[in-house]
Amino acid sequence: MSKEWKPRIVAFFCNWCTYTAADLAGVSRLKYAANIRVIRLMCSGRVDPQFILDALARGADGVLIGGCHPGDCHYVEGNYKMLRRFQMLKRMLKDLGIEDQRVRLEWISAAEGEKVKRVVNEMVGQVQKLGPLGIPEKFEEWDKEMEHFAAQVAEKDAASACACEPQGKPALATA
Amino acid sequence: MKQQANGEIRIGFYICHCGHNIAAMVDCPDVAKYVEKLPGVTLSRDYKYMCSDPGQELIQKDIREFKLNRIVVASCSPLLHEHTFRCATEAGGLNPFFFHMVNIREHDSWVHTDRKDATEKAKALARAAIGRVAHHEALEVKKVPIHPDVLVVGGGIAGIHAAMTLANAGKKVFLVEREPSIGGHMAKFDKTFPTLDCAACILTPKMSAVGAHGNITLWSYSEVTKVDGYVGNFTVTVKRKPRYVNEELCTGCQECIANCVYKEPKFLDEFNEGLGKRKPIYISFPQATPQVVLIDPEVCLNFKRGTLTDKCKKTCVEACGEKKAIDFKQTEEIKEIKVGTIIVATGFQAFDAKRIPQYGYGVFPNVYSALEVERLVNASGPTGGEVILRDGRHPKAIGIIHCVGSRDKKTNRWCSRVCCMYSLKLAHLLKEHTEAEIFNFYIDMRTPGKSYEEFYDKLLEEGVHFIRGRVGEVTDWAMTPEEEGKLVIRVEDTLAGFVRRIPVDMVVLATGLEPQSDAQAVRRMFNMSCGSEGFFLERHPKLAPVNTFTDGIYLAGACQGPRDIPDTVAQAGAAAAEAMVLIDKGYIEQEPNTAYVLEEECSGCKSCIPLCPYTAITFDEAKEKASINEALCKGCGTCVASCPSGSIAQRLFEDDEVFSEIKGVLAYE
Repeated sequence: MSKEWKPRIVAFFCNWCTYTAADLAGVSRLKYAANIRVIRLMCSGRVDPQFILDALARGADGVLIGGCHPGDCHYVEGNYKMLRRFQMLKRMLKDLGIEDQRVRLEWISAAEGEKVKRVVNEMVGQVQKLGPLGIPEKFEEWDKEMEHFAAQVAEKDAASACACEPQGKPALATA
Repeated sequence: MKQQANGEIRIGFYICHCGHNIAAMVDCPDVAKYVEKLPGVTLSRDYKYMCSDPGQELIQKDIREFKLNRIVVASCSPLLHEHTFRCATEAGGLNPFFFHMVNIREHDSWVHTDRKDATEKAKALARAAIGRVAHHEALEVKKVPIHPDVLVVGGGIAGIHAAMTLANAGKKVFLVEREPSIGGHMAKFDKTFPTLDCAACILTPKMSAVGAHGNITLWSYSEVTKVDGYVGNFTVTVKRKPRYVNEELCTGCQECIANCVYKEPKFLDEFNEGLGKRKPIYISFPQATPQVVLIDPEVCLNFKRGTLTDKCKKTCVEACGEKKAIDFKQTEEIKEIKVGTIIVATGFQAFDAKRIPQYGYGVFPNVYSALEVERLVNASGPTGGEVILRDGRHPKAIGIIHCVGSRDKKTNRWCSRVCCMYSLKLAHLLKEHTEAEIFNFYIDMRTPGKSYEEFYDKLLEEGVHFIRGRVGEVTDWAMTPEEEGKLVIRVEDTLAGFVRRIPVDMVVLATGLEPQSDAQAVRRMFNMSCGSEGFFLERHPKLAPVNTFTDGIYLAGACQGPRDIPDTVAQAGAAAAEAMVLIDKGYIEQEPNTAYVLEEECSGCKSCIPLCPYTAITFDEAKEKASINEALCKGCGTCVASCPSGSIAQRLFEDDEVFSEIKGVLAYE
């Protein structure tokens, strides 16, 4: 798989501006990278941080969110609400070791088909450089580590139980 | 609510070739084969044109024959055909919301170049839709009544025609115009191409008809300042600027103007493009509608010096006499109206020729903009139709420079569409008025329109000169005695193949059409979009040219892009018809994508309440739970995404549905 690795980018576009801009890009036959998969929502305000985390956890290498320009939101201010959430999420993602360029928020109006093309190509290029995020694989690894750890603990428990000195509650119970 | 009796999901999947539009870049049969194996899929087909009648009938037939209960169509954008396929699904006997659409044309085949990648993407998107549609539920479309009144913004020919069409059909119309009179740019024109009928003769009867129409409330000298609400139920705030003359009492006798203490007109006349003069109390032009004078407080002595000085004798008040129409204490008035639909017809502004300094506009007095020349050749213009230059001479040679502020990367890239034709018209009129030699400097002669090319032929026969080439500069620097005291146009004659210097007495700049300088503010107010050049954006360039992305708001005239009068009138009629479609239907169907509270999960934290821009969320004190008023909810989903306990959901965008889409798009082979 690594030989032919291509970034997978999930995009959440608001119905009124960015999704329409992507339609415009299509109608104008602009060409951009095929690595992006767009999910349509009514407003960028509907983008639950869990969507972003879920996409990353399921193997996305990047997530793009597109909304109307500030002041232009079809729903008055959904895009501002998204911006606030996005800033918080960014800090969390940083702590998780997920690079800045992997999650991106862009304001793209219905007229900016050209910007859809530019942003997608830019982002695909950046994520390509960063390489795979590979969270599903990491999950597998972590699961293995956990199993290994659990087995070790169980072994130790069994050993100490033999030494007839009960240790009270096992250390993992609170973890 | 999962409507299935036995809970079995039976999905029908259809992928459209769209002729070659999709099939050329996406291997449709391969996608259909892939989808067939996905869980829940009963049937998977590819078909040449899904939106055609046979395509839609195919869906209906399959629903009955194979007992399908979910439909997915992969074709163009849902913004184009979602409605079509929902109707087909409904006609097949299913709830229309058991349908989901996959966009593999605008978002796939048209934007990608590798067939393998594009096919893979189509599969991923299809898989997402299959996963999502299984969670779909039956939903009811909500019907909301429409307010039957219409607001028309802008009283140029577009606004006038739209308002008249609606009013004649018995609809109540509010027509709001920023200037003291309606008429717009057309009222300033002398003749109209190609028929050369006089603009005033065809426009002013329409203007007075607007003023007299019982169904039209005409508010001139007014501006829309705020728009609230949504299709069917807009609340619009209009600011009525003070004219210092009571509109109800003024009869338009203009005695006040004659009796103003200023015996001679002294101030720059906006209507005549500054070529003429007016008094502090004035009427824009003789046929102005409404026939009501107004006072310019910037120059009126009563406002400048106060009533205490004896400079102003209030002769106007005296002349008005019993009518008592003049009211120096008039103030700005704020009106609030309710309308169901809005037509935006705010027009264009002419390109400011000063932005191209090498043409000398504003430097050489005898360089004119086209609009100025319209007034100069107009019988009711400042010179009574006599072409007298600013220095008092009559021109013997005139140069008309085309494409000033059009087709130019440095200014505006677009073709303004009307300049070639109006330049020909002005060439004809100037020749008629002055018998001067006329030179047209053009890049390409663009005369597409009924009888337009014939008009060009006529001008060629009249002996007007045409020189092909973009003018380099206009200068007063003479190289030969003949050029002395003249303006010299330097141009590369691209047909003759050398640079020429043409000495003329008068230069006319065929200025292009631009978006109004406040177009961005207007766009924001009406929640519309602008194209990259700044004109308002239509919903679809071909199939919805007068609709905007906001339901209930329509476009007419040059605010959407440069166009001539026939096109403007046609578009205004179309916008009026679109508004009437909604009004006569009486109600709008609202997408049932509203949010709702899962009461057993809601902790009553109230964090959703301030998030809603429509105040649709309230707190039910008895239950200690949030409660959403469905009539107010517009379906943005902001509260859904923000609820800390996940106890708000949105119909059509349920968490299950979005998560299965995420899962689906990431499922690569």
